[in-house]
Amino acid sequence: MDTQILGLNEESRDRAFRAFLDAHLDQEMLRFTTAGSVDDGKSTLIGRLLHDTKSVYEDQLASIRASRVNRAGAGMVDLSLLTDGLKSEREQGITIDVAYRYFSTSKRKFIIADTPGHEQYTRNMATGASTADVAIVLIDARAFVKLGTLLPQSRRHTYIASLLRIPHVVAAVNKMDIVDYDAAVFDRICGEFTALATKLGLKSVEVIPISALIGDNVVEPSKAMPWYSGPTLLEYLETVPLRGDEVGGPLRFPIQLVVRPDANFRGFAGRVERGEVRPGMRVKALPSGRVTRVKTIVTYDGELKAATAPRAVTLELEDEIDLSRGEMLVAEAEAAPHISNGFRAMAVWMHESPLSVGQTYLAKHTTRTVRATVKAIQYRMDVISAERVTADELHMNDIAEVEFETSLPLFFDAYADSREMGAFILIDAVSNATVGAGMIVAAVDEAPDAAAATHGAEFHLVSGGAAAAKALQVKLEIRGERVVIVDDALIPEATLPAVARALHLAGVTAISARENLSAETLAELRRVAGASFVEGEGR
Amino acid sequence: MLKQQDTNGVAGSALNERLNHLQALEAESLYILREAVAEFARPVMLYSIGKDSSVMLRLAQKAFYPGKIPFPLLHVDTSYKFPEMITFRDNYAKEIGATLIVHRNEEAIAGGASPWKLGTQNCCGALKTRSLLDGLEEGGYDAAFGGARRDEEKSRAKERVYSFRDSAGQWDPKNQRPELWSLYNSRLRKGESIRVFPLSNWTELDIWLYLYAEQIPIVPLYFAEERDVVVRGNTLTLVDHTTRLLPHEVVVKRKVRMRSLGCAPCTGAIESEADTLPKIIEELITFRRSERENRAIDHDEEGSMEAKKREGYF
Repeated sequence: MDTQILGLNEESRDRAFRAFLDAHLDQEMLRFTTAGSVDDGKSTLIGRLLHDTKSVYEDQLASIRASRVNRAGAGMVDLSLLTDGLKSEREQGITIDVAYRYFSTSKRKFIIADTPGHEQYTRNMATGASTADVAIVLIDARAFVKLGTLLPQSRRHTYIASLLRIPHVVAAVNKMDIVDYDAAVFDRICGEFTALATKLGLKSVEVIPISALIGDNVVEPSKAMPWYSGPTLLEYLETVPLRGDEVGGPLRFPIQLVVRPDANFRGFAGRVERGEVRPGMRVKALPSGRVTRVKTIVTYDGELKAATAPRAVTLELEDEIDLSRGEMLVAEAEAAPHISNGFRAMAVWMHESPLSVGQTYLAKHTTRTVRATVKAIQYRMDVISAERVTADELHMNDIAEVEFETSLPLFFDAYADSREMGAFILIDAVSNATVGAGMIVAAVDEAPDAAAATHGAEFHLVSGGAAAAKALQVKLEIRGERVVIVDDALIPEATLPAVARALHLAGVTAISARENLSAETLAELRRVAGASFVEGEGR
Repeated sequence: MLKQQDTNGVAGSALNERLNHLQALEAESLYILREAVAEFARPVMLYSIGKDSSVMLRLAQKAFYPGKIPFPLLHVDTSYKFPEMITFRDNYAKEIGATLIVHRNEEAIAGGASPWKLGTQNCCGALKTRSLLDGLEEGGYDAAFGGARRDEEKSRAKERVYSFRDSAGQWDPKNQRPELWSLYNSRLRKGESIRVFPLSNWTELDIWLYLYAEQIPIVPLYFAEERDVVVRGNTLTLVDHTTRLLPHEVVVKRKVRMRSLGCAPCTGAIESEADTLPKIIEELITFRRSERENRAIDHDEEGSMEAKKREGYF
């Protein structure tokens, strides 16, 4: 046999392999992003992590050894070349972009979102940061000594990490070899960075002195810095606790799609974005406010006794309630999300054409897409000083607090409480480009409860033809209700329930004077409108 | 009927437990598959019959369970695929009840397109790329699932989960949409389309671990077996009735397997003893290990020869 787990006989080799498989089948996954520009030694650091964790194939190493480019110095391998795809792309004039890289150790599998630091920095870093558990902010010790303080870009990187709520931030103080491994330099950087982190409200912060070039404290502990007793960067990445906020909070289950293979099964497929769902749990549908119980949690691998974030499952409910994509199930007994047409959010602008007050975009939040209009720009954030400045419009890479009003209510939590429940993207409805990203701060003019979102909206089926319908419309409008008649030639009977439902969810009362509706349509209308189905004038 | 809890699967059943990395990858992939099916009018899955396609297909079964896979599978057949692949494709699609569409560039095939005549690049262009674009256009598909992974090569490292294509089916790296959190932008104008990559964050090792954990069937060519081969430079080419032998070439028997599946004339085999999934995984990681050892200890000649042979595939 040409492949061996070294020197073992068949039986113990088999055991060793089983142990390996068990370990790998039970590994956790950690996503991190690296913030820093070329001069900070970011490419060298990533190259060093890949190299020292043995994630580089021999032929790749051979090709960089043979490369004519070598910035590492005589006798050393320039590990920054391992991630060099980016530079050649820049030469070809291709957009510099976030690159994803992968490696694993016996403890964890890692996904690196490698964000290059150039003009598009904010946009790129926000993209990489949006899914990261850890941000590595690179600080160039030599530049710090020269400037006497943190570089503006380090302040910007740390601010963006705090804005995107990356749970853990680690400052990797690089180029310690160039400052003679001086503990005093490290202490000054440590002090200044810790003060910045405190000001920004970062909760989990670590500072590690490293040399990516030599390999000090990246994977192997440094012999040159006996005064440092903390973890190496890899030890930190292997042991830092993973996110628990999503798992711990109240249940949020946005509906992705309805699974209906036959008349006997109707399930709601989605991902648990927060909290936990269990069979028997009383759940409330948003925005209808209807309450039912979870019957089963269906998966291909069998029914589950519970599903926590971020599991993708299908829920079967006890009652046939009306529910579709863009709507949400929450636990009746747990804290409800905010339900509102208005909210303030920190927005990152990502497009050449600026954002200005009065403009309308599409906002995609969880599985729900609505129209969102910019009501006001509260302030723009100066990302280097972390100071607020006034602004009339937002340009590419600007960050600002913006007030939005949406066409239909969203069901959300503050981004600070849940990234998945507080995040949205903005899409230009004409060009279809993704133009911005937002993180909800708080609701404006919140509806007091779920029912308020559809309050008063009814479906009236009257007899007496068009005249009767019109009379009822006038009567209801005097009461201040929004009312439409749905007896339009453009609305065939088959689509009537869907129209009624859309109006109901938008808080609009519908009137029909149609006759001879089929029993099927009538049943569907009753199901859709529920308690708000009124025959005749009602009230 | 619901299946009983399968202890071999990755799903697990424990309460309040943090997902392991395969479960997390699976959950992400299911979410992506469902988003695309919910938001696109006519999705299709590009099915290559390879190991990544096998994983993607299982994920699609899971995403829409207990429903069937709500889109067809599109296989671009160059006419040069290994016969074992075609047999596997037809049997497996039938077994899981999937709709299979096979698209061939019949005109080019009838015209005798072959790697010998056109060169590999032009042959691929005619029988694969052209055929794929035609197949997508004929079906009017606005989204196509692909099994590509970001760890495959450097240029793939920046690919989006939703990769936007213009109305000519082209990829413009300057015109890709920013992709934050798991909020994917599916908005299209007429003629435009999106390639959706549910396996973006999977590595080669993840794929094999999942195939093992889920006991997913794959084409037997992946497993080592005594086969007829011809040695061409550094490549071992499988011999069957379509193989054209050069005058000096001789057919020999070797224990080999395929690392990846493509067209018979252009895909080489590797010498291997790995005839089970655990052995393949072991081969994969031991190879990495022997590379590590490369720097630390001296290698015997056989070991370094082995490493070199395999390097050709990375």
